[in-house]
Amino acid sequence: MPPPITRRELLAGGAAFAVVSADPVAAKTAPASSEAAPAAVPVDLKVNGKTHRLRLDARITVLDALREHLHMTGSKKGCDQGQCGACTILIGGRRVLSCLTLAVTVQRKEIQTIEGLAVSGELHPMQQAFIDQDGFQCGYCTPGQIMSAIACVREGHAQTDADIREYMSGNLCRCAAYPKIVAAIKQARAKMVGA
Amino acid sequence: MRPFTFEQAPDLTQASRLGRHTGQGQTDAGVQFLAGGTTLIDLMKLDVLRPKLLVDLASLKAAANPVEVNSKGLRLSAFATMSAVADDASVASQYPLITQSLQLAASPQIRNMATLGGNVLQKTRCPYYRDPSWKACNKRNPGSGCAAIHGFNRNHAVLGVDQSCIAQYPGDFGIALIALDAELELHGPLGLRRMPFSSLHASTADRPHIETTLLGGEIITAFHIPAGPWTSRSLYLKVRDRASYEFAISSAAVALDMDGDAVRSIRIGLGGMAYRPWRSNDAENLLIGKPLTEANATAAAAAALAGAQTHGYNDYKPELARRTLVRALLEAKLLPMPSAGV
Repeated sequence: MPPPITRRELLAGGAAFAVVSADPVAAKTAPASSEAAPAAVPVDLKVNGKTHRLRLDARITVLDALREHLHMTGSKKGCDQGQCGACTILIGGRRVLSCLTLAVTVQRKEIQTIEGLAVSGELHPMQQAFIDQDGFQCGYCTPGQIMSAIACVREGHAQTDADIREYMSGNLCRCAAYPKIVAAIKQARAKMVGA
Repeated sequence: MRPFTFEQAPDLTQASRLGRHTGQGQTDAGVQFLAGGTTLIDLMKLDVLRPKLLVDLASLKAAANPVEVNSKGLRLSAFATMSAVADDASVASQYPLITQSLQLAASPQIRNMATLGGNVLQKTRCPYYRDPSWKACNKRNPGSGCAAIHGFNRNHAVLGVDQSCIAQYPGDFGIALIALDAELELHGPLGLRRMPFSSLHASTADRPHIETTLLGGEIITAFHIPAGPWTSRSLYLKVRDRASYEFAISSAAVALDMDGDAVRSIRIGLGGMAYRPWRSNDAENLLIGKPLTEANATAAAAAALAGAQTHGYNDYKPELARRTLVRALLEAKLLPMPSAGV
């Protein structure tokens, strides 16, 4: 039997086809004039404790640097306009939107993504809580929810259900798993702060 | 997003020199300062803002002390994040209006990124401004008309508007600042100067592409809010289409000082309603020296909205604003008096 092809490998292989086909996303975001793209600049990104030396166009966001250049696709691109929270990561320990952050502006800062949470194969309490409480349906917003939720607990903004709902308002879930997400955060909070 | 050159400003002087072509909020300014990026990067992705040069102010952020409080007043660094000030206990106890205006704005992630200086300069959420496929927008393309006047204008301004632009100022913090008589500290071609916050935004909509009175290269470095017995008895009431993470459709900032049953001094700002951060001196003048009854509050609210102009979908706004202000005034009356000696 041939080795199974993962969804990720299939999509990566399909990218060559996407380049020659008319890519609507590229057409929409490309400069309207014939202005040449500026030279790439050196960018050092420290992601989950490991420094990566990249050369990037200054327009590249942290989200695109993670997904397209470091092939860390855990952080998700939802709206790409700072409205949905799917791209939430931690920079310097604080939750931010990676889609509105230029990679050149966060050099040498500590970037934490969903890929760095599990230690030696053991899930972070928040990851385990989302599984235990069924805190998702399609799962697309989940990495952003989990990163945001970890920060929410650390900030002390997860004391009550109302607090959790208010301070998780920057993460939208169109499957509306909100009650289960609140339950997951309460479960993880007990482990994270021993409360 | 169009290509740009990226420069990190090592200090204020260099930032101001690099930014001398930032203009006065014109959409086509060739240079933009980058602070939190939550407005700028968004609008660059939408191809609304097209700077050739981005001047990063990150090094100035690192040096700034977010909050300083003393008996004369409050100094907030313009480079402080919204969350740094929203979480400050001394601001919350002595200037609750400021804390509430920040806590009720945006999302935790955006508050961690956005700076106070950038917050007061945020662009309108008018969908015709934010989508360059609409040709008619006097703010983006001077002289091209206004698509919103006959368009979907449910959350467009009713105060301070004219036929050239009905865009709404979307911020909350700016409403608190204008109510509390804040002053700006500016660095730029004139060196260090102070300016009333009420002078920052263009006073009328007749030239909507000119948004501020800042000089090219001028940078907001701090906000000064004078102390007074009204600051601790203050609140920000925000009405939204959903419970959180949403711009105001109506809001009221109230800071109150009572002399027994009579209003000694009152400051009123209105949000979600006007072309610029809006102070209602008319409503204030009607209340001074009088008891803060529902009838007097209602009369003041009527005065605050006397000049409102609506354009169809936003016909509901003046009544919503009046009710918002009456409720805010009556809630402010219920707040405890500041304790003696504070």
